[in-house]
Amino acid sequence: MDSLWSVIWSTDFAFSILRVTTPILFAALGALISNRAGIINIGLEGIMLVAALTGVVTSAYTHSAWVGLLCAVLSGVMIAGILAFFTLQFKTHIILGGIAINMFASGGTVFFLYLLSGDKGASSSLQSKVLPNVDIPLLKDVPVLGPILSGHNVLTYASIAAVFAVYYMMKRTPLGLRIRSVGENPHAAQSVGVSVVRTQYTALLLSGLLAGLGGAYMSMGYLSLFTRDMTAGRGWIAIAAESMGRSTTVGTTLTSFLFGAANALANALTVLKIPSELIATFPYAATVIGLLVYAIGESRKRKKAAVKPNEG
Amino acid sequence: MKAKYFEPFRTLAVILIALVIAFVIISLVSDRPLETILIFLWEPLATKGHIGNLIEMAIPLMFTGLSVSLLFRANLFNLGAEGIFYFSGVVAAAIAIHASLNGFLHPIAAIAAGSVVGALLSAIPGILKAKWNANELVTSLMFNNILFGVGLYILNYQLRDAKAFSSASYKFEPTALLSRIWPGTRVHAGLIIVLVMIVAAHVFLYKTKWGYELRMTGANRAFAGYSGIRTARVIILTHLIAGFIAGMGGSVEVLGMYTRFNWVSLPGYGLDGALVAMLAKNNPLSVIGAALFLSYIRNGADLMARLSDVPSEMISIVQAIIILLLSAEQFLKFWKNRMLLKEARKHG
Repeated sequence: MDSLWSVIWSTDFAFSILRVTTPILFAALGALISNRAGIINIGLEGIMLVAALTGVVTSAYTHSAWVGLLCAVLSGVMIAGILAFFTLQFKTHIILGGIAINMFASGGTVFFLYLLSGDKGASSSLQSKVLPNVDIPLLKDVPVLGPILSGHNVLTYASIAAVFAVYYMMKRTPLGLRIRSVGENPHAAQSVGVSVVRTQYTALLLSGLLAGLGGAYMSMGYLSLFTRDMTAGRGWIAIAAESMGRSTTVGTTLTSFLFGAANALANALTVLKIPSELIATFPYAATVIGLLVYAIGESRKRKKAAVKPNEG
Repeated sequence: MKAKYFEPFRTLAVILIALVIAFVIISLVSDRPLETILIFLWEPLATKGHIGNLIEMAIPLMFTGLSVSLLFRANLFNLGAEGIFYFSGVVAAAIAIHASLNGFLHPIAAIAAGSVVGALLSAIPGILKAKWNANELVTSLMFNNILFGVGLYILNYQLRDAKAFSSASYKFEPTALLSRIWPGTRVHAGLIIVLVMIVAAHVFLYKTKWGYELRMTGANRAFAGYSGIRTARVIILTHLIAGFIAGMGGSVEVLGMYTRFNWVSLPGYGLDGALVAMLAKNNPLSVIGAALFLSYIRNGADLMARLSDVPSEMISIVQAIIILLLSAEQFLKFWKNRMLLKEARKHG
């Protein structure tokens, strides 16, 4: 047990929380935007996976991590666009559409990986690039904070910036207002001239963009290669984080960090000689518990709201 | 053509489009496209052994397809069949290894244990949904990962045979194995079990009060609640039954196809069950055809991967297209409208 405490109370552990939260945070922000527009994007997991592979492949062929990042993000937007086209134009059930996207991504990435590298497990034969880590001048020399906050992958900082960007967009821009109004009452929004379909398109594409960033981070930052099904449920954990965060930017960010910490803790638990099979279940169990606590709180609130009119 | 034939016609159109897309992918990827397409289409039916393979794979697909059909019918998006299928397989394997019973009771005990464990595990997301409205899709997917981790732990720490070459359990007692019912193939008695389950589910869904309540709750939970149906109970019951069937599927698969338990990853039948359910329009009897079709294209893809240069994962692209188009309400809707219009004119 002592060894566990010494691991948790180290700057390395705090550093690793930021590191593992990044993809969850990106995807959770994506889930937030589409959810606020009244359309739940459960294809995030698949979008991240496609983006992760696209980043690796394009960076290997162009010898540029940045081109890889751009292509990864574009592929995320494209998959989200396909989902949007089917759900908004063809009226495909949004959940079934999301299942289809995830199924496509899980098998399709292996298919393309095999065609391009001759391997079905990992992209080790491709000379892919990674995005740089950034040392923050001045901050990196501050004791405790320096080793925790400095030296992260550039996308980790981008994910923090994305929190502010999403917050600003939702609260202060016409687009944010349209997204919120469409999500809350599409008919009312329509009646004052907001195009519901176009707004939902935009929201889904933005969620694809954010999930694309998360996917790129997985294969070009968190790891330096693509492996089969490497997102490992992070898209789903993000969806849970978003609903637990009550669809607010601040709440979603906090719950993302909570689940990130659970992930980091699972990695740290290996020092206790707990079987790795059981440790692997820890982040998912934490997510179920988190979701449950949230759902119980919500239903209490609903009950109270339902009782009130009679009291008065 | 009459409007009432629209749905089956549309399903056929979707399958055709998906196959055309499969051909396009094959032609782009393969050096010998025509030969490869022929392998994909013909080889699964070419020999008795291959037809046997097709039926073998259809058995677990029927189990999970039936399980997911009932959930989808109740408008519950639960994909937990995957984890339950795996974990119940572990349970059945443990009984197949450790219990000593005769050849009649042994498989029954193992399958019953797997099914009951499946039902209980499935009830957890069901209760969370019914009581607190927790999103069953997310909880069930998290449970898949949890059940897989715990199951793998049991395999590696409790059931594992140190003398086996890879991660595999001790050998099952021969009394526990399901008997083969078609000589020359591995088609096992599980086929009979699943067909019985499908008929039972059909009767349950369309001829009993419980089934009626399930369908009503699925159509509109609020309305069902106002008309006096206790929807929370229906949701939990549906989860119990669906978990029971998925658990039975995992147990039957393990005892029918293997002599040791050796799954070190999730077998994927749970998610495929969602596709089977959609192809079957959540109709128990149609699950048979849907599972056979999916097994046919799966086996085609596997044989194609073995005999040509196209990897079998191509099929997941085809499956995704089938789901997207099948669930697209507007797809080919104009055709239905035209048919309706024609009929209206004729009668008017």
